[in-house]
Amino acid sequence: MMRALLLSAAALIAAPVAAQDVAITNAKLVIGDGSAPIEGGTVVVRGGKVVAAGAGVAVPAGIERVDAGGRWVTPGIVAAFSRVGLTEVDAVSGTNDRSANKSRFSAGLDIAPALNPMGSPIAVNRANGVTRAIVAPGSSGNLFAGQGAVVDLADDNDMVTKPRALQYVAFGEDGSAKAGGSRAALFLLFREQLLAARSYARNPATLAEWGSDALIQRADADALVRVIDGTTPLFVRVDRATDILNVLKLKTEFPALKLVLVGATEGWLVANDIAAARVPVLVSPLTDLPGSFEQLGATQSNAGRLFAAGVPVSVGVFDDDDAHKMGYATQYAGNLVGLTRLPGASGLNWDQAFASISSVPARAVGMDASIGSLRAGRVGDVVIWDNDPLELGSRPTAVWIDGKAQSLVTRQDRLRDRYLTPQEGNLPKAYDR
Amino acid sequence: MIRGVKAGLLAAVSLAFAGCTANGGEVETASSKPAAEKPVKFNKDPYPSTYKGYPTRLTVVRNVTIFDGEGGRIDNGSIVLSSGKVLSVGGPDMELPTDADVVDGTGKFLTPGVIDIHSHLGDYPSPSVEAHSDGNEATSPTTPEVWSEHSVWPQDPGFSRALANGGVTSLQILPGSANLMGGRSITLKNVPSRTVQGMKFPGAPYGLKMACGENPKRVYGSKGRMPSTRMGNFAVNRATWQKAAAYKKKMDEGKVVDRDLAMETLAGVLSGEILVHNHCYRADEMALVIDMSKEFGYKVSTFHHAVESYKIADILAKEGICSAMWADWWGFKMEAYDSVPENIPLVYKAGACTIVHSDDANQIQRLNQEAAKALASGRRMGMQISDEQAWTWLSYNPAKALGIGDKTGSLKPSKMADVVLWNGNPFSAYTRPEKVWIDGAMMYDAMNPKLRPVSDFELGQPGEGDVK
Repeated sequence: MMRALLLSAAALIAAPVAAQDVAITNAKLVIGDGSAPIEGGTVVVRGGKVVAAGAGVAVPAGIERVDAGGRWVTPGIVAAFSRVGLTEVDAVSGTNDRSANKSRFSAGLDIAPALNPMGSPIAVNRANGVTRAIVAPGSSGNLFAGQGAVVDLADDNDMVTKPRALQYVAFGEDGSAKAGGSRAALFLLFREQLLAARSYARNPATLAEWGSDALIQRADADALVRVIDGTTPLFVRVDRATDILNVLKLKTEFPALKLVLVGATEGWLVANDIAAARVPVLVSPLTDLPGSFEQLGATQSNAGRLFAAGVPVSVGVFDDDDAHKMGYATQYAGNLVGLTRLPGASGLNWDQAFASISSVPARAVGMDASIGSLRAGRVGDVVIWDNDPLELGSRPTAVWIDGKAQSLVTRQDRLRDRYLTPQEGNLPKAYDR
Repeated sequence: MIRGVKAGLLAAVSLAFAGCTANGGEVETASSKPAAEKPVKFNKDPYPSTYKGYPTRLTVVRNVTIFDGEGGRIDNGSIVLSSGKVLSVGGPDMELPTDADVVDGTGKFLTPGVIDIHSHLGDYPSPSVEAHSDGNEATSPTTPEVWSEHSVWPQDPGFSRALANGGVTSLQILPGSANLMGGRSITLKNVPSRTVQGMKFPGAPYGLKMACGENPKRVYGSKGRMPSTRMGNFAVNRATWQKAAAYKKKMDEGKVVDRDLAMETLAGVLSGEILVHNHCYRADEMALVIDMSKEFGYKVSTFHHAVESYKIADILAKEGICSAMWADWWGFKMEAYDSVPENIPLVYKAGACTIVHSDDANQIQRLNQEAAKALASGRRMGMQISDEQAWTWLSYNPAKALGIGDKTGSLKPSKMADVVLWNGNPFSAYTRPEKVWIDGAMMYDAMNPKLRPVSDFELGQPGEGDVK
């Protein structure tokens, strides 16, 4: 017991340690796959991976034990669509690597070398329980924005879990502007670029023949070939109901496309079509204003209605702040639970809501076998919370990523502590640390 | 005689609708004027409020948990709303009228309506198309002559979202922050209306929006004109205040013969009739603004955004200046880099006036949730703050900072019946407004789709009348 307590305390305050074996017991355990919480649950992580989670799970001898004291224990949050790691201060352009609007490249852009695991948003998001993120580029100078990644938010030097995990393209008003000013230009440019990539795949010499008339660069063609054959999921920002239907139709000509819809503000109007196409959707769920003419039908009931139609719905934080406040995912998921109590509204029950910020986005990016839940074989991303994780103000008391205990101290904590008493003492605040 | 009657009427109208105008409706000074040049006369309330409360019914809510807005709490409480006012508030033993509509509040919470001191609804309405961009007159760094009410589009669907999802009953519409002096703000009742006059909060004083820091110097620096630095910001401000002080002196002496709309606003600030709402992020800049206000003899009501208030919370408490803050916005610009999630509770702990604001058409729909996050951050530090104390951040404190604290913002007898019934604890993610009364009239009822306002813009569009 003493040993467990000591280890537990160490886990709460220690800098990251190498050990990747831990058993967390006495938990209100959330697996993250949509199943109900398990009272008195245990999760065992060995070699950085979950080996078992549930009730009555035996703790192997000699492994570090942490008693959760009956508190909520969950998989880490998966930020469904974000720019975590691509920016430190949005309005300070040198720190902001989201977009490359002056680049001559597009689909070939790969965000991996732009990611900064040492940036302060990593620690802040981690301290809010976010352990993984699907990160997409913002935009390029052409139609396709480039290749995003799946990342971890651990306190180390390498955050890439899977590079080139997705290709991103914005349809609707933004894409139309990029393509020359209309949706007609957008759909044609999309098709022509994919056909060019296909020709290039069959005969690489064709690109050289097109010369300066080429719609895309070689690196772009390489990336688009992987989109056409379904190797790389294509994340498509699209909001208007009719645009969604037209995006779904792209699979007629390019049947292997692995589409994921991002936004889908009017998705509920065509929910059955999306469900029939078996296309997952990432929503920013509290979008309920007609911010543009492609979002006229916006409602917070979008997620619930899509779910009811059978669409896999992930909850993301991307129409407000997509880099600093990924922790809002729990609040937004909690709000969807609240909607189930509002007459006429649609929401998600608690278990579905939690899955929408863990295993469902993992599945959307094709990685639910390795991240997003506490089922055996998944990465050891585990969070102990001080309260119901979907409730306001709940925070992690301990976080493991790949089985390693993480620091939860942020630069914000340091500032707060310096100014607990705002008055300066014998020496200026600069000496107070 | 006739002239006298007219002047008297104007003065009465002005007193009724412009509250803080110490001199009544017409401004005129009689003494020592040249025969040829008469002092200017003007009506201080030329766009008067036409708002009148909507029809009310004698209403009782009982068996409900009440946060009174001033830090008090009544468990198993009751409230009586009569003729647009709070008639009585009390515990289970309070005498209740027998002929009232009765709402059972078991398991529910009752609070004063949320007041957002920082909104751009109507000035930057949805849809946010270029044609709707009416919040920044970014053609000169000082535009105290513009009035935000002249940009408000009452059909902005955001108003009804703030009502139904956020329980917002009053809000201040400010000009944007491109300019050092952005113009006059206006306080509105959050009721649907054909005209902005039909929303204007009767008797609320005007505000002046000012802005520190990055925005003005970026906007004008990029145009190759002053200000392009923070010192330029102060130089332009000081020169303008100097001019305003001279104008006010002339006005007081009855020597103003040509109206200057910009100077009228600033003279109103210098005479205390118009309240300063100053967008300012950094602690060091707030401290400089405080000195500037003393240099020219005005008072800052509230620093808005104020992400570094925690660094000077003692100074803000001493000066009696409010901070209107987000719970946890950070990192979007350099001057928001030192934001901490404990800002709100740290300001509260220092005894300074604490307000939760939105500056956002989305977050105005869940200011209760923003307060809840700030409250949790404070408690995590070991602070003892009750739910009912935290509610002061959402209604009474912003009401006082807007100069309407004697009329609304708390549930005290004879105050406006601006009230929200929540279907659970409003500091929970799972809670929503169930009913909202404004001046005693039920303007939203989650149980009745007919009491769900639909703006002209949304009529005939996908999702008309939907839950939002």
